[in-house]
Amino acid sequence: MINHDIVIIGGGPAGLAAAISCYENGNQDIIILERDNSLGGILNQCIHNGFGLHTFKEELTGPEYAARYVAKVQSLGIDYRLNTMVIDISKDKVVSSINETDGLMQIQAKAIILTMGCRERSRGALNIPGYRPAGIFSAGTAQRYVNIEGYMPGRQIVILGSGDIGLIMARRLTLEGALVKMVCEIMPYSGGLKRNIVQCLDDYNIPLRLNHTVTKIFGKERVTGVMVSEVDAFRQPIPSTEEYVECDTLLLSVGLIPENELSRKAEVAINQKTQGPEVDESLSTSIPGIFAAGNVLHVHDLVDYVSMEAALAGKNAVKYVQDLLKTGLSIVIESKNGVRYTVPGTINPDNAEDITVVRFRTSDVYRDAYLSVYLDDERVMHLKKRILTPGEMEQIVIPKKWFAERPNLKKITIMVEKE
Amino acid sequence: MYDIIIIGAGVVGSSIARVLSKYKLKIAVLDKEVDICEQTSKANSGIVHSGYDAHVGSMKAKMNLRGSKMMEKLCQELDVPYRRNGSMVLALSLEDLPKLAILKTQGDTNGVEGLRILTRDEAIKMEPNLSNEVAGALFAPTGGIVDPFKLTIAAAEIAFQNGVEFKLKTKVIDVEKHDDHFVVFTDKGELITKVLVNAAGVYADDFNNQLSAHKLKITPRKGEYCLFDKQVGNLVDKTIFQLPTNLGKGVLVTPTPDGNLLVGPTANDIIDKDDISTTAEGLKSVVDRAKKSVKQIPMGFVITAFAGLRATEQNGDFVIGEAADVPNFYNAAGIESPGLTSAPAIGEYLGEMISQKLHAVAKSDYVKIRKDTVRFESLSLAEKAAIIKENPEYGKIICRCELVTLAQIKDAIHRPLGATTLDGIKRRTRAGAGRCQAGFCSPRVIEILAKELHLDPREIAKNDNNSVMLIEFDKDSL
Repeated sequence: MINHDIVIIGGGPAGLAAAISCYENGNQDIIILERDNSLGGILNQCIHNGFGLHTFKEELTGPEYAARYVAKVQSLGIDYRLNTMVIDISKDKVVSSINETDGLMQIQAKAIILTMGCRERSRGALNIPGYRPAGIFSAGTAQRYVNIEGYMPGRQIVILGSGDIGLIMARRLTLEGALVKMVCEIMPYSGGLKRNIVQCLDDYNIPLRLNHTVTKIFGKERVTGVMVSEVDAFRQPIPSTEEYVECDTLLLSVGLIPENELSRKAEVAINQKTQGPEVDESLSTSIPGIFAAGNVLHVHDLVDYVSMEAALAGKNAVKYVQDLLKTGLSIVIESKNGVRYTVPGTINPDNAEDITVVRFRTSDVYRDAYLSVYLDDERVMHLKKRILTPGEMEQIVIPKKWFAERPNLKKITIMVEKE
Repeated sequence: MYDIIIIGAGVVGSSIARVLSKYKLKIAVLDKEVDICEQTSKANSGIVHSGYDAHVGSMKAKMNLRGSKMMEKLCQELDVPYRRNGSMVLALSLEDLPKLAILKTQGDTNGVEGLRILTRDEAIKMEPNLSNEVAGALFAPTGGIVDPFKLTIAAAEIAFQNGVEFKLKTKVIDVEKHDDHFVVFTDKGELITKVLVNAAGVYADDFNNQLSAHKLKITPRKGEYCLFDKQVGNLVDKTIFQLPTNLGKGVLVTPTPDGNLLVGPTANDIIDKDDISTTAEGLKSVVDRAKKSVKQIPMGFVITAFAGLRATEQNGDFVIGEAADVPNFYNAAGIESPGLTSAPAIGEYLGEMISQKLHAVAKSDYVKIRKDTVRFESLSLAEKAAIIKENPEYGKIICRCELVTLAQIKDAIHRPLGATTLDGIKRRTRAGAGRCQAGFCSPRVIEILAKELHLDPREIAKNDNNSVMLIEFDKDSL
C-alpha cells in the first residue's frame, strides 16, 4: 500500500486543473492516474478550435488547451501514471489500479478527486431497430479514427443527434471529402451550441432536421442506408413521413453519460438527473473526502468551465486534508419550473467562497423568459433571458453575503419564470 | 476423402465435431461465415432449460434432459461460464394456476428433478422484483444459464485441437449422393466424404431436401432481445419465464452468466433466413411482455438489442439421426429451443451413432480439457496482481467497461480457431460487449487485430468480409 494525500482519477482537463489547483493551494502530495497513454483526455482528439476563450482569452485547439495544463503539471513536478486503470475505489479511500509496470497498485488516499469524464450513449440506449452492421459509430469514436488513427469511418454519412461532437464531426468529415447528408435531431431544438450549428452545419449547407429521427438501420454487413422519420409532439415517428436515406455510415451524437462506475463502487450517491455524483458547494460528494469535477459530475459545453470547476474541487480537497472543511447544516438548492438540476445541489455557508457558481440546464427551450432565484420565499434575482435551451449550460452566481444577511435561510430555489 | 463432413459451425455442428474428434477419423466442419458461432448460436437466450416444456416422448425432451444433466460437468471441462441459477414459470392469473400443474406433470414425466409449485408469496420471497400480478410459479431448480458463445467456441476449439479441420468462409452450394460417398460442392471447390452431417441451422432443410425424399420445412422464427447493463443484472436471480404458448416459451427475464440482464425473445415466423434485424414492434413487445413478469424494466439501462432465428421444423420436433432413405446422411435439423441445452446431448448421440457406423477407433491422445481465455475482470485483486506479474500485458486494459486486457485479446487471436474480427474478439473476451458498446475499445482492438494478423486496419471487419470498419482518406490516394 502506498500513501498519497490526494489521488486524482483521470488526467483529462478536469484532472489536470484539479491537480494544479491542489498544488497551488499548498498540497504537493498528489498523484494523477490516467488510463490512456497520454495526459489531456478527450481534448487530444478535439483538434478544432474554440477552446480557452474564457480561461486564456484566446482561441485554442483541444490539444493546445490540454498542452498548457500538461506543461504546468510537468513543470510543477506533479506525479502521474499513464496507461493506469483504476479498477476499484473503496469507501475508505483505497484506490486500486493496474498497469503494465507497477502491476496492481493500491493507494491509501486522504482525499480523492473523481475526474473520469463521460462516455457517449450508444445505439443500444436508443433501441434503434434494424441490422447490426459495421458503419455505426458514436461521433467521438469517429473523431478518434479521423483525428488520431488516421482513417475515415465512411464516405456518405448521416448523423443522428445534434450534440456538439456530432456537429463538429459533420464539418470534419466534410472537410475530409465525405458527404454528410443530414443531421437528424429528435427534439425540436438542437442539443449542441448555437455557434457549432452555424460554423459546422450552416457554413457547409448541411441540413439540420429537427423533430426527425432514424427509425431503422439497413445493411447486413455494412450500413447501406437508414430510414429517417419526422416525429410527433410525443417523439413518436410519423409513419407517412418515412424517408430512406442512402449512406454507408451512421454517426450517433445522442448524449453523454458521466462515467460513474467507480463512484458507485465507492458508494457515492448519484444524482438521477445528471447521472453524476450529488455534490455540495465544495464539490464534495456524499462520501466526505471524495470530490468530483468536470464531465463525470455533469456534462459541460465548454472545457473552460470544467477547468474552473476542477480547480475548485482541488482547492477543497486540500482543505479537506487540512481538516478545514466544515460540516454542518446545508442550504438546499431546489430546481423548479424548467430547471432540470443544479450543480451543486446544496451549499454550506461556512464553506462557501465569496461567490458560489451554480450551473444548470433547462429542461426545455424558453424564449424571453426570466431566470429567478428565491431565497426561501423572497425573490432576489430575476434575469431576463432571450433564450434558454437545454443545449447551453446556464449559471448563476450566489454571493456569500446573502447567507450572512439571512442566518435562517433554508432553501434556495432556481426556476424559469414567464414574467 | 473425408470420413465426415459437418455442415455448420454453430453449437450443434461444433458439439458433434467435438465428440467425433475422439476418434481416428478425418473430419471437416464447413461454414459460410468467417467465424464459428455466427448464426443462431450467437443470438439466443443462453438458457439451460430443465426440460419441463418439451412434449413427453419427443426428441426435444430426450435431448433436453440429457443436455441439462451433462452441462455442469461439461462446462467445467471446457471452462465455459455456467450457473445453475434455477428457473421459474409464472402464472399471472388464478386461471393460469392449473397450467402450472400440467407443466409440472409433464416435467415430472420427462424426468426433470426437483420441480415444485410455489405459492405467490413463496415466489415473491424468492424473487422480490416479480410483478404484483404473479399468482404462483413452477420452480425448476435444475434450470441454468450458460454463455452460448463460449459453449460453441469451446466445443469447436476442442475439435480443432483434436485434428478436425474447420473450413470457414466456405459456403456449401450443393450436395450430391454417390454410391459410397457424397460430393459437397462449395464456393471454394468440391469435397468428398463418406458421411455427411447436416447441422446447418435454418438452412438444414435445404440440404436434407437435396438428398432425402423425407422433406423438411424449416421456418425461421425470429426472436428479439434487449440486453441491459450489469448495473441492473441483479433485477432477478433466477430465469423468469411466462407460461409457454404454441410459439414457444414466451418472454423471459434472466441474468446472464456475465451478470447482464437479458429480456426476450419475441417469436415471429418470417421468410428471409438471413433477416436478423430487430424491429420497433418486436422490441416494444419484448419490453411490454417482460413488464408482466417483473415490476419494472429499467429501460434507461438497455445497452443493445439483437435478434436471432430459431430453426423451427414444421413438425415441431428435432430431427436427429440418419435419414431413412439416405444411408450415411445424418440430420441435426430443426434445432430450435431447447437447442443450446441439447447441443452437447445431440453431439453425444450423433457422435456415438456415427462412430459406431464407421467402426471408428478412439484416439489415445485425445485432448479433453480446455482452458478459456483468462476472465480478468472476475479475478480477485491478488490474482490480478499475480497474473500481471507473470505477463505485464494483463496490466494493459483495452476494454474499460468489461476490463479486458491486451493479453486476453492477443490470446483470443492466437488460440486455436482464433478471432479475426471485432465480433470474434467480443465473443471470446467480451471486449466491446459492455455499456459503451465498443465506443472506446474498437480503435484499439482494430489496431491489435491488424498488428497480430499482419493486416492493414482497413482490412479488419466487424464480422464479415464486407463489414470492414474503416476506409482511407481521400488524400491517401493522391
